[in-house]
Amino acid sequence: MTESTDTAVDEKETSLSDAVKVDTDGFGESAISEEVVLEVSDLQTHFTTRWGTVKAVDGVSYHVKRGETLGIVGESGSGKSVTALSLMRLVPSPPGHIVGGSVILNGRNLLDLSEGEMTQVRGGEISIILQDPMQALNPVFNIQNQVGEAIRIHQHLKGSVLWDKIVDSLRKVRIPAPEVRAKDYPHQLSGGMRQRVVGAIGISSAPSVIIADEPTTSLDVTIQAAYLRLLRQIQQEEGVAIVFITHDFGIVAKMCDRVAVMYAGRIVELADVRTIFNEPKHEYTKALIGSVPKLEEKTGRLPQIEGQPPLLYNLPPGDAFAPRSTLEFDPEDALRRPPLVEVEKDHWVQLSRSSVAEYDKYAHLMPAE
Amino acid sequence: MTTTVERPTNGSAPVPNAPGINPGVDAIISIRNLRKWYQVGGGFLGFGKKIYLKAVDDVSFDIERGKTFGLVGESGCGKTTTLKLLLGLEVPTAGQIFYEGEDVSTMSKAGKTEFRRSVQAVFQDPWSSLNPRMRVRAIVGEPLEIATTMTKKEITGRVSDLLNEVGLNPYQANLYPHEFSGGQRQRIGIARALALNPKVIALDEPVSALDVSIRAQIMNLLVDLQDEHGLAYLLVAHNLATVRYMCHDMAVMYLGVVQESGETEAIFNNPMHIYTNALVSAALPSHPDIHREEFLLPGEVVSPIDPPPGDVFMTRTPLEVDPNHKWANERPPLVEKEPGHWVVETPWSMAADAGLRVELSGHAGV
Repeated sequence: MTESTDTAVDEKETSLSDAVKVDTDGFGESAISEEVVLEVSDLQTHFTTRWGTVKAVDGVSYHVKRGETLGIVGESGSGKSVTALSLMRLVPSPPGHIVGGSVILNGRNLLDLSEGEMTQVRGGEISIILQDPMQALNPVFNIQNQVGEAIRIHQHLKGSVLWDKIVDSLRKVRIPAPEVRAKDYPHQLSGGMRQRVVGAIGISSAPSVIIADEPTTSLDVTIQAAYLRLLRQIQQEEGVAIVFITHDFGIVAKMCDRVAVMYAGRIVELADVRTIFNEPKHEYTKALIGSVPKLEEKTGRLPQIEGQPPLLYNLPPGDAFAPRSTLEFDPEDALRRPPLVEVEKDHWVQLSRSSVAEYDKYAHLMPAE
Repeated sequence: MTTTVERPTNGSAPVPNAPGINPGVDAIISIRNLRKWYQVGGGFLGFGKKIYLKAVDDVSFDIERGKTFGLVGESGCGKTTTLKLLLGLEVPTAGQIFYEGEDVSTMSKAGKTEFRRSVQAVFQDPWSSLNPRMRVRAIVGEPLEIATTMTKKEITGRVSDLLNEVGLNPYQANLYPHEFSGGQRQRIGIARALALNPKVIALDEPVSALDVSIRAQIMNLLVDLQDEHGLAYLLVAHNLATVRYMCHDMAVMYLGVVQESGETEAIFNNPMHIYTNALVSAALPSHPDIHREEFLLPGEVVSPIDPPPGDVFMTRTPLEVDPNHKWANERPPLVEKEPGHWVVETPWSMAADAGLRVELSGHAGV
């Protein structure tokens, strides 16, 4: 990997590698430490609408360790993005309210901070990379301004020190000729380069946690591959924890160490990425993985999940996936909220008879009512 | 190379051959030497050199009756423009489209009407492709009202049948699009496309805007409808796994030019062009234990405005390009490297010459 230091404006931008490089570095095991940097417990975010209360996030708990990538997978409406916005305290209010739970980042509960303190945390200790880089960047300010803003606010730098830091951040995300590119405006950059600038803003203040909310959905496959590798490299260099929000199991397979599968505002399964792919326990996880066509082989007819994701307002307390599950429906599951139970070591499953085939095997783990 | 074929004056001229075309295919649609150039600058008051954006530049392929043809490539490669040209939403700068062996541009008025009815489309975004002010009955029934002499009652009956066929309930004909989820809306779009019993449906990224759990439903529905009605599909997609699942034949496009084409399985089992290999290597794995050796091409996709006169791929190849070579100054043709498997062969375009070969899997147990 070349650190592009020459300032010559090369019209043909050199990408990550100067030549074809058969290169899998950056995709080995990530350097996970045991230190938990972010712990979310029983987070609840509700939206008040004229049709009723939408429990977008309904009691979500997880933790992320330093240097780890946690994938949060789900469909639209599963609450994965609202979870991210809740961590940043960016849920639009009204109609949204964080009604319960805690978000402990480096020992502090973010939900207890004042708005002023939160401004210091946002973009400082925790930052977010959004899906659409064109919306995340302001079109009337140049790159230098926008990267510099984050650094100015969090590190109180100015003048040439600030400039050096800006160039350094852009270099970290492998933007070629960063001194020249810093003067450009967002529209002068390609989609992949723009998303790198957003990444540069994200890492500029050395955060403990980066939330990546579908950062590559709007990118082409080859640009996506380069960007994912870059994220992984930055993670290894900086030891940052990444919460990767996506609907794509391919990204999960490539990027994540652990995976939380969300459905209707709750986590239905949480485990190591290999466990999720090799031994999924929840019918939703199984069906989701099974319904994706594979590039590696010509598959026969795809198994499909019948039905639609539920509407979230006034959802009954029971197992939301039960109506779509292929298992026999247990009427009790409509009323009882299924608990998230650790069925094997570090493998958590939302246990209900309608959605977990091996329910009887784990029934003794169910908490007493 | 020979590009434009003289347009025949009558519609019965035989479909010309072109590189990339396999003989003996029962083609319902034949695209020959198709071009779409947009003038983007120059040529002020007729003086100066005109500058063109060459969105589609000399593309030829056949869509076989009852089969799916896939077009893949990155954004800006011209795959969507090709689809629009087929649908008549854009007028080609040059080249021909043959329907059932007949040149569409020289068809009689009745022939053109027949062609338009037989070629329908399903679009990517089911939120913007359905009119929010029309009920489903009107949306699905509109083509019948315009193109047939059916009575209102007959149309209502036909709409019910169509909704049934795509897995919706006939009573939902009275609802508006906003009352449906994304997958259901895409079903409405498919019902509308089916209304006139078409023979060809152009699918523009039909599942990429849908939720993961819904994608398989829609793909399976499309496959079922194809089997039932003998439909031919032109599928434009960027997801290679979707293409492998749906398509019988495919073409890989880069900067408006087909770089490799042939049977889908032949291409996935033995991708020959460096660009195809780069696309495949960058695609996401289906299991965490699959570590594909990925390689990235130098540079980024260059602008299709005023592309080089020679091989469009030469600015992206990792191999040495001899600027005096014939194919650096003249557009290289597709060459049949294996029976039915065509690729643009230049000294710098072949993966084998670069020592590259993507192994798709190479791990135990998916």
